[in-house]
Amino acid sequence: MVDSTIVLNGQTIVYTLYCVVIILLVAWFGYKATRPAKTGIVKTWFFYSFVGMLTVLGVSLHIVTSHTIPWVPVDLHRSEYVPDKTFQITVEKHAFTLPSEELVIDCNDLVLFDVTSNDLTYGFGVFRQDNSMVFQMQVVPGHKNDVLWRFDKPGVYTIRSTEYSGPRGVFMIEKDVLKVLECKESADS
Amino acid sequence: MSFIKTLLQGEEGLFKPDSLTPMQKLVLRFVLVGLVYYGFAVIEGMIMRIYEIEPVPLISRNQFFAILTAHPLVGIFGSTYALVFGAFLFVVPHQMKKPLFSIKLANWSLGLLGVGTFVFWFAGFISHYAPLYTLYWPLPADFEQFSVWGGTFFILGIALVMVGTVFFIINIFKTIVYTPEGWKKQPGGALFASAIGYSGLRNLFRKEKKEHHVSLPVAAIARGTIDMTLNTAIILFTGVLILVYMVAAILGFDLKESAIDALLYKNWFWWGLDLIADGLVLIFVAGTWYLLATMITGKKVFMQNIARVALLVELIVSWTVWSHHLLSDQAQPVILKVISGEMVTAFELITQGLAFFITLATLWAARPLKMTNELKFLLGGLLGFALAVPAGIMQADVGLNRILHNTQWIVGPHVHVAVLVGLTMTLYAVVYLLFPIVTNGAKLYSQKLANIHFWAHLVGGIGMGAFMGMAGLKGMLRRSLYLEGEFNLYMILAGICGALLLIAFLAFFVNIVMSVGLQGVIGIFKPAKIKTKDLLPEAA
Repeated sequence: MVDSTIVLNGQTIVYTLYCVVIILLVAWFGYKATRPAKTGIVKTWFFYSFVGMLTVLGVSLHIVTSHTIPWVPVDLHRSEYVPDKTFQITVEKHAFTLPSEELVIDCNDLVLFDVTSNDLTYGFGVFRQDNSMVFQMQVVPGHKNDVLWRFDKPGVYTIRSTEYSGPRGVFMIEKDVLKVLECKESADS
Repeated sequence: MSFIKTLLQGEEGLFKPDSLTPMQKLVLRFVLVGLVYYGFAVIEGMIMRIYEIEPVPLISRNQFFAILTAHPLVGIFGSTYALVFGAFLFVVPHQMKKPLFSIKLANWSLGLLGVGTFVFWFAGFISHYAPLYTLYWPLPADFEQFSVWGGTFFILGIALVMVGTVFFIINIFKTIVYTPEGWKKQPGGALFASAIGYSGLRNLFRKEKKEHHVSLPVAAIARGTIDMTLNTAIILFTGVLILVYMVAAILGFDLKESAIDALLYKNWFWWGLDLIADGLVLIFVAGTWYLLATMITGKKVFMQNIARVALLVELIVSWTVWSHHLLSDQAQPVILKVISGEMVTAFELITQGLAFFITLATLWAARPLKMTNELKFLLGGLLGFALAVPAGIMQADVGLNRILHNTQWIVGPHVHVAVLVGLTMTLYAVVYLLFPIVTNGAKLYSQKLANIHFWAHLVGGIGMGAFMGMAGLKGMLRRSLYLEGEFNLYMILAGICGALLLIAFLAFFVNIVMSVGLQGVIGIFKPAKIKTKDLLPEAA
């Protein structure tokens, strides 16, 4: 299944290629702009084609991501899904209060994280052992902050606040508190 | 000339402060104040770059976050606003071919901007007040973490800057519409309608098109100034609200923080704040590109009418995109996330892409061009936005935002590349272009230093953004600290690029000071000897 690592790798490749192309284009333009030329009038069809290309790019990005990134429909229509597990988490005075039972998840379970702040605006992020991010959300006081996530990779994960809440909140880290059990497919193999 | 003599009198002694008009002095004062505060921002940036690699004991954690709070505000208000105010207070009357409405008011803008920036910077430095520029409620009123007095002076400093901004706004619009003394009555209403785009919009539905009353750069400046008016109102309102809590705390009352809805606050504050990032910056930059292209080539802007329409679209788009900052707020309505956060935001790719294309096409039509300092910095500015805008469109996506929000990606390839490479290099292009005009023909001290300035700034800005972005894609958060060196490879590389930016700034600063000389710098701040409202001396 597509996870955040795959999405970010794809983004890295696409954006890097774009950067190389646009840097070379501007460098080429700078060189050519100083060379003598017979005519320099840009045709209007070229201009309108460029506008068309920008429009297609702008619109298609969101269409492509909404159809290829698996968490988008789940995120936008959370109320239509029934979670396999729900974790109620509270944040107050720069500390997470986790449920008393261990945060253990069966592989491929759909898990709802329902996080409440009793004072400041915080963040709630889940991170892998190599510090890469699985997902995050904002935790705003006085509002419901919930995110629905399907874990399809076994492992141990860390919870960290992803929003600045003053110098006291910098190290709001709950290390290795989330465990996803072996997936049946990988266990069988 | 000896080095010492050049240092005192400027390159070849050509700069004569006594020959400057009050307007020229005003512009140069804004530029110098802007450069000094840019220096503040660069040094603060380097301190933070080093701290991200290894937290040095000399700086406490609270001090680090106070620097992180002041850094973008000093950069935007103290430096960029000063450079923009100085340039536009000259360009608008220059394009309108009439004097500035009020030089006195402009000097007040400069004073309030300079003093206000110092007040909030100093308040943060002393008290470590550090709610960041985002001021997420109720953090700015969290007096368990922050000094109430420090916060009060910090907010007062911001308020002074905003009052100075109001004076700038009045000066710009009055200059467009007013009739100078002894002149034939000017069509104020028609000028205003043309400046804000109303008459251009009506032209779209007229068979016989009417002439535009104001030039394209003035139209861009006026439309950007509309966004500036709105964001100034929002920032002032929010500042007053925070001050109410602070004054109450000083008087011993504890106002209930939950009286303000944190999400509603976040919506209105981001609506106002985003009118800077996604409003006036983009509109001002597009207008500046057009101005530079016409002044460099001496030709009209390519597809001028489309450019005017794009500026108007950009203005309207800027009022409706704020929700891309709230894509990770789960209580934010889905319709706002999709329509405002994703769809309308994508329009910025089109409007900024149009400005990019139109500027390049205007330059292309005038080949062969000389690769002057203003042209190369303009190309650098164009490249900066060509890199940063798509990065922003990517993060303004519901799917991608879930894994990019608040990472170094946001602040690296998007914010820093847009501000340092896109915006700042565009402003440098203006400075290089206007320098001989506002100094009555002073000569640049060293072209070698100008080249070092260009390459070190370009490579440093893009490189720093790139390495921060790489760290962000690996999960590194912004506004946080990693004490076990988890992302040190990227932070060291970003630090080296930051050092290049510092070298670039020093090269530029030395070049400017050596061009006008220390006596010239002092002379800029002395009252003008020529009493005129004209922009330039008659002989010029």
